[in-house]
Amino acid sequence: MRHMKIEIAADGFATLTLDNADESMNLVSDAFIAEMMDAIAQIAANESIKGVILTSGKPAFMAGADLKLLVQGYETMTLKSAFAFSQKASAMHRAMETSGKTWVAVINGLALGGGFELALACHYRILVDDPKSVVGLPEVNVGLLPGSGGTQRLIRIAGMKTVTELLLSGRAVNGPEALALGIVDAVVPAAEMDAAARAWLATGPNPVKPWDVKGYALPEQRGLIIPEYSAGMMITSGSVAKSGYNLPAPIAILSCIYEGAILPFDKALTVESKYFAKLLTSPVSRNIIRTTFLSKGAAERGAGRPAGVPKTEFKKIGVLGAGMMGAGIALVSAQAGVDVILIDRDVESAAKGKSYSETVLGKQSARGTISCDKVDTILARITPTDDFALLEGCDLIIEAVFEDIDIKAEITRKAEAIIPATTVYASNTSTLPISTLAEASARPDQFIGLHFFSPVDRMGLVEIIKGVKTSPATLAVALDFVAKLRKTPIVVNDSRGFYTSRVFQTLIHEGGAMLEEGVPPAVIENAAKAVGMPVGPLALLDELTFDLPLKIVEQAIEQEGSKYIVPAGVSAMKKMKAQGRSGRKTGGGFYDYPAEGGKKLWSGLSDIFPVSADYDVAELKQRFLYAQAIETARCREENVIETSEDGDLGAVYGWGFPAWTGGTLSYIDTIGVAKFVTECDRLAQKFGPRFAPSAWLRERAATGTGFY
Amino acid sequence: MDAYIFDHVRTPRGKGRPDGALHEVTSVQLVTQLLQALRDRNSLDTALLDDVIIGTAQPVGEQGGVLARAAVLNAGYAQSVAGQQVHRFCASGLDAVNLVAAQVHAGVMHAGIGGGVESMSRTVMGYDSGAWTSDPDVAFHNYYAPQGIGADMIATLDGFTREDVDGFAAESQRRAAQSWEEGRFKGAIVPVKDVIGEVLLDHDEHMRPGTTVESLSKLKAAFEGLGKGGFANVAKARYPEIEELSYVHHGGNSSGIVDGSGIVMIGSKEFGERAGMKPRARIVSYASMGSEPTIMLTAPADVTKKALKNAKMEVGDIDLYELNEAFASVVLRYMKVLDIPHDKVNVCGGAIAMGHPLGATGAMITGIVLDELERSGKSTGLITLCAANGLGTATIIERV
Repeated sequence: MRHMKIEIAADGFATLTLDNADESMNLVSDAFIAEMMDAIAQIAANESIKGVILTSGKPAFMAGADLKLLVQGYETMTLKSAFAFSQKASAMHRAMETSGKTWVAVINGLALGGGFELALACHYRILVDDPKSVVGLPEVNVGLLPGSGGTQRLIRIAGMKTVTELLLSGRAVNGPEALALGIVDAVVPAAEMDAAARAWLATGPNPVKPWDVKGYALPEQRGLIIPEYSAGMMITSGSVAKSGYNLPAPIAILSCIYEGAILPFDKALTVESKYFAKLLTSPVSRNIIRTTFLSKGAAERGAGRPAGVPKTEFKKIGVLGAGMMGAGIALVSAQAGVDVILIDRDVESAAKGKSYSETVLGKQSARGTISCDKVDTILARITPTDDFALLEGCDLIIEAVFEDIDIKAEITRKAEAIIPATTVYASNTSTLPISTLAEASARPDQFIGLHFFSPVDRMGLVEIIKGVKTSPATLAVALDFVAKLRKTPIVVNDSRGFYTSRVFQTLIHEGGAMLEEGVPPAVIENAAKAVGMPVGPLALLDELTFDLPLKIVEQAIEQEGSKYIVPAGVSAMKKMKAQGRSGRKTGGGFYDYPAEGGKKLWSGLSDIFPVSADYDVAELKQRFLYAQAIETARCREENVIETSEDGDLGAVYGWGFPAWTGGTLSYIDTIGVAKFVTECDRLAQKFGPRFAPSAWLRERAATGTGFY
Repeated sequence: MDAYIFDHVRTPRGKGRPDGALHEVTSVQLVTQLLQALRDRNSLDTALLDDVIIGTAQPVGEQGGVLARAAVLNAGYAQSVAGQQVHRFCASGLDAVNLVAAQVHAGVMHAGIGGGVESMSRTVMGYDSGAWTSDPDVAFHNYYAPQGIGADMIATLDGFTREDVDGFAAESQRRAAQSWEEGRFKGAIVPVKDVIGEVLLDHDEHMRPGTTVESLSKLKAAFEGLGKGGFANVAKARYPEIEELSYVHHGGNSSGIVDGSGIVMIGSKEFGERAGMKPRARIVSYASMGSEPTIMLTAPADVTKKALKNAKMEVGDIDLYELNEAFASVVLRYMKVLDIPHDKVNVCGGAIAMGHPLGATGAMITGIVLDELERSGKSTGLITLCAANGLGTATIIERV
C-alpha cells in the first residue's frame, strides 16, 4: 500500500494512517479507494483487531476528492459510469461501517468533502481542538453533492435542519459547533486524540450502525405526512430560488435528503449516487471546478509567470495617489506585511487615504476578527506623505492618480527621479493605454499596468497589463506582488479597456439597447440577474454614472473614427443625460434613490423609452451572455488575453460573470463553438454587428476548435 | 338528460381555530347532520339516490378514507347509496357538484348529492401537502410559490394597491352583514348540534361587521417573509416584469380559515317526480382547467370563458357571478379581465367575510347563488373558484 499503512498495537487496536505518497493532501482517487478496500478487507479478516483508529499522516485529515479527476466527469463519463464511480466510493464507506470492527476517525486536521464523508462512515469522530481544523461538506460550491454517503449519513446523524443548512451552504464548521451539531463526538487537544480514541474503543462499542439495526426508523422516513417536515421542504425548496435557476446542485442535494430519508440505507445510497451522477456529468460542475479551483489555483501559483526570473521580495512600496483606489492598495499591501509610502498632493489628502485603512481595520477590530495590536502594526506600515523623497528604496511603485495622461506622465517622471533604477513602476489605470503611459517613463520595459478592482480589499482579482515594451522580468515582479497580496492575477495585453472593462461594457450597453427597443426596464434587470449576473445593467450604469462609459466611447471615436462601432447603449445614456439623470451620484439615473426604502426604477422611464410587449425573455438572457462571450472571443483573437484561463478568471472574478458558466470562454465551449457562431449570426442579423462572429471564430467553429 | 338542483343546505361557518364553535365537531359529523337535514326536510327516500360525493381539500386523517361513505352510513341513508371522495383543492366542493351533474347528464345516475367539508381547525392546513409543494425536485422546477405570494403577484402585476384590496374586503364584510341581517341565508343554514343535541352554532362566526379600509390598514402584510425567504425570486423568475413584489394581502383581505360543510342535491327530472320534489335550477354547463401555476389563482377568468362557451353564452348573459374570495386581488382581477361590474359579483359577500372551508366552499356558494337568484327574481348564475396549483372550476346554473 502506497498511500496508507496499518499498524496493530498491543491493545488490539489497529491504526490505519492515510498518507498520500504523491500529494501534500490525502485525496479520494481510484488508487486511494483500491487501497482502502484492501485495508478494510485485511482489517475485517484479522480477528485479533478489536477496533480501528483511522487518521492521517498529513497536517490535514483529508481534503476530499481529487478535483483534477472530477473536472473530467462532464466529457469523459456517462450517467451510468458516473453512477458507478460514486457507488465505488459509497461501497468503500459501507465496507468500513459494516466490517464488524468499530472505527474511530481521529480527525487531526481539516476534513472536508470526501474526507469528512470518510469520517462520517466511522462509528465515532474525534476532532482535534484547533480553530483551523474545520469539518464540512462543501461540494455544493463546486456544483456537486456529497456523493459517497454524505447526504444520507448526515441526515441520520444530525437531522433535517442541520443537514439542509450545512449541505446547501457548503459551510465548514469548527470544533465547538461541530460538537454542538452532533456531527463530531469529541473535540480534544492533538496530543490526547489517540488516547481518547483508545479509551472509547476500550468501552467495547457496537460495530453495527443504528441504521443497520433491524427496526431502525428515521422520523423523516414518514416523508410528507409529517406536516412540519413537509413545510420545511417547501420553504427550503423556495429558498433555493435565491441562488437562481442555473445551479443544479442545491436542489439535487435537497432531493437526495428528501428521497433518501424515506428509503432503507443502501437504497438511499444508490439514489444519492444517481443524483451525483447527474451533477458530475453536467457542464456546470466542470465549469465551476475548472475555473474557480483549477485555473484560479494555477494562476495564483504563477501559471503566467515568466520562468527564470528570481522571486522579488517586497519590503517597501510606493503608492502614488491616495484616492479610493490608492487607499485600498495601501491597505492590502500593509496587510500583506509591506511598508507603504502613500503619496498625495498634500499630507492631509494622503492621511485621508490612510484613514480608509483605519476605518476598515477598526470595523474588523470591533467585530473581534483582528487584535488591536495587529491593527496598530498594520497601520504603522503606512506612511502618508507628500514627499516624493520618501520613495527612495521602494521595491515597487503603484500609481493611482487621476485618469489623465499628462498628470500621470508628470508623476511618473517625478517618481522615477527618486526610485532605484531597478524598480518596477505600475499604473492602476483602468482606461488609459499602458504603452502610452509608458512613454513618459525613462524605463518603459519596467512599466506595467496593475488594475485593481474596487473595493480593493474585497475584490480578489488583479488584471496585469503588459505594454508593448514591458519586459518578462517586470511581469514576474508584478505577479510576485499579486501573489504577496494573495490575490488572483490575470495577464493581458494592452487594448482599450484592457480586457475586463472592455468586455464588461458590452453587458451595460446591451441593457441600454434593450431599453431603446422597448423592453420594460424591470425585465432587463431581471433577465440579467436570471442568468446569474449579480446586478442588472441599468443599476450598474447608475453606479458607474454615465459619464465614464460615454467618455470611453468619445475617446474611441476620436481615435478610430468611422471604424469604431458605437455601442448600442450610448443613445439611451445620452437621452437620460439630457433629462439631467446621469446616475446615482447625480441624484438618480435609471433608478430613483429615495432616502427611505430601496431604489426604485424611475417612473419617467416609460415616457423616454416607450414599452413594447415584443420581447422574448429567453433571448434577452441569451443576449447578455452572448454579448460578453463574443467580445471575450475577440479579445482572445486579438491576443488581449493570451490564455482561455485568464479570460474565464477575469470574467468570473473581474465583473461577476456567472460562475456556473465557468467564464465567458467556457460558456462558448459549453454551448459548442459551432452552435455559438450560428446563434451569433442570428443575433447579428436581428440586433446588429456587435454579435457578428469574426472569420477567426468561424474557422474555430468549422474545425471544432474549442477554447480549452 | 338535464341535471337539476333540487335542494341544498349548509352549516354555518365556525372559526377554524381551537376557540371556534365547531372545533369539537368532527368532519364526518358536519356532513352527517347536513345529510339528515336534507333528507328530513324533503321526506326523501334515500334509496332513490345513487351516490354522495364529498370534496375535501385535505382528505387525510379524519377527513380521509372516503368520508362520504362514512357519512352516508352515519346519517342512516340507505346502504345502497355509494360514496366517493374528490380532491381538487379549493374547488373540491364544486367539482363534487359537477361530477354528480355530469353523471346525471350522461344518464348513468338518477340522483346524487355533491358537496364538501373542511374542518380547518381539526385538519389544519399542511396535513395534506404533496409533491407540488414539498418534493424539492417538483416544487423547484415547477416554480412553486405559496398562494399568498400568488395573490400578491396578481396585485403587483395588475396594479391593485393596498387600498384597492382593503376596499374590496370591507365591501365583502358589508355585504355579508347585510345578507345575514336580511335573512338571505336562512333557507340553507342548518345549525350544527353537539353530542347532546344542543345547538353549537347557527350563524357564520368569522364575520367582522363594521370593518373599514381604515381598520384594515392597521394589519401587517402577511406574505413578505415568504417572499424574502426566496419565493419573491420564484415570482420574478416566472414574471420578470416584476421589479419588486408589492405585499398587500393579510388576514383581513384573504379568505377566512373556518370549519363547515355544504351539500347540493342533484338529479334528473324523473328523480324529482319519483321523489315528489320540484327542481329549482338546471345545471347548464361546467368546466375545469389549469392555468399558470406559480401565480396559481388566475384560472377563474379562463374557466369562466370555457364554461360560457360550453353553454353557448356570453359574459353578459349571467345575472350573478360568484367567485370564491380566496384573496381580494383574485376577484378584482376577475372583474377586470371579464369586465364584470362589482354589483354582479359576490352580491351577498364572500369568503373574506364569512370564511372559506376549503373543500366545502364550492357547494356552499352554489347554494348561495341559487337562493339569491330566487330572492332577486333573476335567472342565471355562474359559480367559480380558483384552486391550488393553477386549477379552476366553474358551473353555470339557471333557474327553472
